[in-house]
Amino acid sequence: MLRQIEGSRGVAEAVALCRPEVISAYPISPQTHIVEALSAMVKSGELSPCEYVNVESEFAALSAAIGASAAGARTYTATASQGLLYMVEALYNASGLGLPIVMTVANRAIGAPINIWNDHSDSMSQRDSGWLQLYAETNQEALDLHLQAFRIAEELSTPVMVCMDGFVLTHAFERVDVPAQDQVDAYVPAYEPRQVLDPADPVSMGAMVGPEAFTEVRYLAHMRQLDALTVVPAVAAEFADRFGRTSGGLVRPYRTEDAETVVIALGSVLGTLKDTVDQLRAEGVSVGVVGITTFRPFPYEALRAAVGGAARVVVLERAFSVGTGGIVTADVRTAIPDRPLHTVVAGLGGRPVTEASLRALLLRDDLDPLTFLDLNTDLVERELRRRRESPRSGPTAENLLRDLDRVGES
Amino acid sequence: MFEVRVHGRGGQGVVTAAELLSVAAFTEGRHAQAFPSFGSERTGAPVVAYCRIADQEIRTHSPIVAPDAVIIQDATLLGGLPVLDGLSPNGFVLVNSTKDIALDVGDVFVVPATELALELVGRPVPNAALLGGFAAVSGVVSLESVSAAIRERFPAKVAEANVAAATRAFGIVRAEMEERQHA
Amino acid sequence: MPAKTVKFYQTGSFVVGNRLLPIVDRSVQADPDRANSLTCGHRACQGCGEALGARYAIDAAMRATNRQMVAVNATGCLEVFSTPYPETSWQVPWIHSLFGNAPAVATGVAAAMKVKGRGDVRVVAQGGDGGTVDIGFACLSGMFERNDDVLYICYDNQAYMNTGVQRSGATPPAARTATTQAVGPEPGNVFGQGKNVPMIAMAHEIPYVATATVAELRDLEYKVARAMEFRGARYLHVLVPCPLGWGSPAAETIRLARLAKESGLFPVFEAEHGEIVDVSKIRRRVPVEDYLRPQGRYKHLFGESPDTEVIARIQAGADRNIRRFDLLDNSEVS
Repeated sequence: MLRQIEGSRGVAEAVALCRPEVISAYPISPQTHIVEALSAMVKSGELSPCEYVNVESEFAALSAAIGASAAGARTYTATASQGLLYMVEALYNASGLGLPIVMTVANRAIGAPINIWNDHSDSMSQRDSGWLQLYAETNQEALDLHLQAFRIAEELSTPVMVCMDGFVLTHAFERVDVPAQDQVDAYVPAYEPRQVLDPADPVSMGAMVGPEAFTEVRYLAHMRQLDALTVVPAVAAEFADRFGRTSGGLVRPYRTEDAETVVIALGSVLGTLKDTVDQLRAEGVSVGVVGITTFRPFPYEALRAAVGGAARVVVLERAFSVGTGGIVTADVRTAIPDRPLHTVVAGLGGRPVTEASLRALLLRDDLDPLTFLDLNTDLVERELRRRRESPRSGPTAENLLRDLDRVGES
Repeated sequence: MFEVRVHGRGGQGVVTAAELLSVAAFTEGRHAQAFPSFGSERTGAPVVAYCRIADQEIRTHSPIVAPDAVIIQDATLLGGLPVLDGLSPNGFVLVNSTKDIALDVGDVFVVPATELALELVGRPVPNAALLGGFAAVSGVVSLESVSAAIRERFPAKVAEANVAAATRAFGIVRAEMEERQHA
Repeated sequence: MPAKTVKFYQTGSFVVGNRLLPIVDRSVQADPDRANSLTCGHRACQGCGEALGARYAIDAAMRATNRQMVAVNATGCLEVFSTPYPETSWQVPWIHSLFGNAPAVATGVAAAMKVKGRGDVRVVAQGGDGGTVDIGFACLSGMFERNDDVLYICYDNQAYMNTGVQRSGATPPAARTATTQAVGPEPGNVFGQGKNVPMIAMAHEIPYVATATVAELRDLEYKVARAMEFRGARYLHVLVPCPLGWGSPAAETIRLARLAKESGLFPVFEAEHGEIVDVSKIRRRVPVEDYLRPQGRYKHLFGESPDTEVIARIQAGADRNIRRFDLLDNSEVS
């Protein structure tokens, strides 16, 4: 049914349709509306049977999810930014144990400096954790990916994080098609655990594994993720059959046929990119876009195929690896080692990525290997000068914020 | 695509205004997107919300830089903040005020939204009245759609009171528009 | 423990066994059909108090729950010695997640059982003092605060033993550990620190809190069974001497646990909803020296010139416990 609702609401409804049995929740902006909506649904009996646990930290949230999943319950939680970092020990534990937990990450920057706005530094920092990572382009896709995530997670016995841009998607009111319960029941069957804590059939989970077998256990986890390269498209194809729209999958090309330049990106910025590309194409500029929907496992072959023969590849990233540069770029380079790649770091800490900036960027023919889009070099220069002038130059963040007022008075 | 920016202060229902506008467009079968300029919750602080309305899927999620209309829920913002930035030359401004306001850009319409709200709803939340005024000026959504959106959001008694405020504002603005045409 | 005063003595100790009692009144360990939850073959040290305590506690829990039970284990000695790759000595459903999250994982297991209509399956979480008092404390408090249906058992050997005897929030004053060495003006752990988790548990007003030692194993079994009569959050704090970390002979584990109680340093009691309901009185009071001397971790207090001041301070702590918990039965001559 078509509804005009907040992105968070759409996600909550999607999760509820999957009949989770245990939800653990700790609030953090900008995920709060998701867990609040689910809480109301459980309390009213609309989502039942379901145990909703208000835990005392994100570490507890994922830990409770681990216990519930190990006991055979379909389990869900959500977090962002600092919360994701706080549960990192449990992240690795969940994937190492092979528990099919589904978690929404409402992408938000990581401090310091503290910043509640959208970028990808949180989920990117956990790309090695063994969790599958899916990135939603729109609120519709965010909703749809949760349905697919439970399928994928349970088929692979691996946890999945569904990433959606915090505030930008979570807090946007948009038209979404919310599927019916019977449709979802047919698509997401009851959870059949591969391993479960059961008094009738006792097993020990989480035993120590020494040098003799650790490598093999980790290799098997790697293989499981690689299986996702087949499972994800299959699940997405079945989704398209049943629900009548394209959502999920590995990569999504847009106007890449004969494109000389291809821009690779993840998340909601793809919408703005598509608008920009349409405008540029109308002006005769040969440019296309490839959205990466599944970032882990990294879809090397699919990406390479989607980029095709483009001579120039621009990777637009909403996070970066301090001291080196692009994160996504590194994986793209493995897929496409034979062409120049240009990393563009944009939208950090919620800075809007505008069509105007993208347009100017793509019209340049002199892109550096690494560009910080819309960098305020004046602000940077002031701080560098300040540091040169005094060893006690003070906290950078406060200095820059004060300068923001002054920039423009020269 | 029609783009609207709503300015006000926390607690005045700025974000709700944008959302209701998007729901109104939705009821007419159109695509619409509403989102706030995000920040921590804080009553009284300046708040901005956006709404896009179009006939095809709205793909971009970046902030609105060249709005076709600006709604000012709190006139005190006009003095200090760049609330009119980017307003398109044919755009209009709807201001919550009891007195006439002259601005450098756009067509300006004034709605005594707070007064209407106090009279009809009993609380100084001006958003519904301003949406009625918006419907009158823009024609982008109908008063019926705005009323439907209000009824969907609020419980019956409160909804009807807000619908009344929107309807009154609609009338006020339509009357002003006619006067200007004949002037 | 409810009174049934039957005094039996075997030579040289208070350890009791009696074949004349019906099986249901005997130790669970006397039952040949016991669950044997922590079976033999694990790698615990000779004389390990924790292995002893866990074996008794979990078998008692299995009996009390009609074998419908799941165990959640924190990282630590118990987890490490009971599941050395490629073996496990657990014959119950058992999960080890992390060091600091056993209470939260247990909360999740309990929630899953509830939602599946398997409320008959009870959850026991267990960990050492490190995983309970320090790194797991936030999760423990959260579980208590929500009154989740979990019995948490802390096996307290008063330091991070598995990693080499480092100080924890449960390490008593003056005790030597690898990070509170017996050097400097205040050798061993300093005074004025430490958490009393049983009392903190009581402050959460959870249904049942109790302390026990491995010197009174029937009492430990009783307390586990008693705990299982309640629903909601329950906490059991068990003193388990560690021969390696305490520097005591393996054969002295039970005796030292008894001396800890009899000196007043480790009060043994039960509380319900934040109020003490029963205290296990000291049978034969001993000065703290009797308890401290056999332990290498207090060696620096003794020798040619004993640190009488520190010993006196420890004694004062014991005296305070005795007063505070009313540990002496005045009708018995001590």
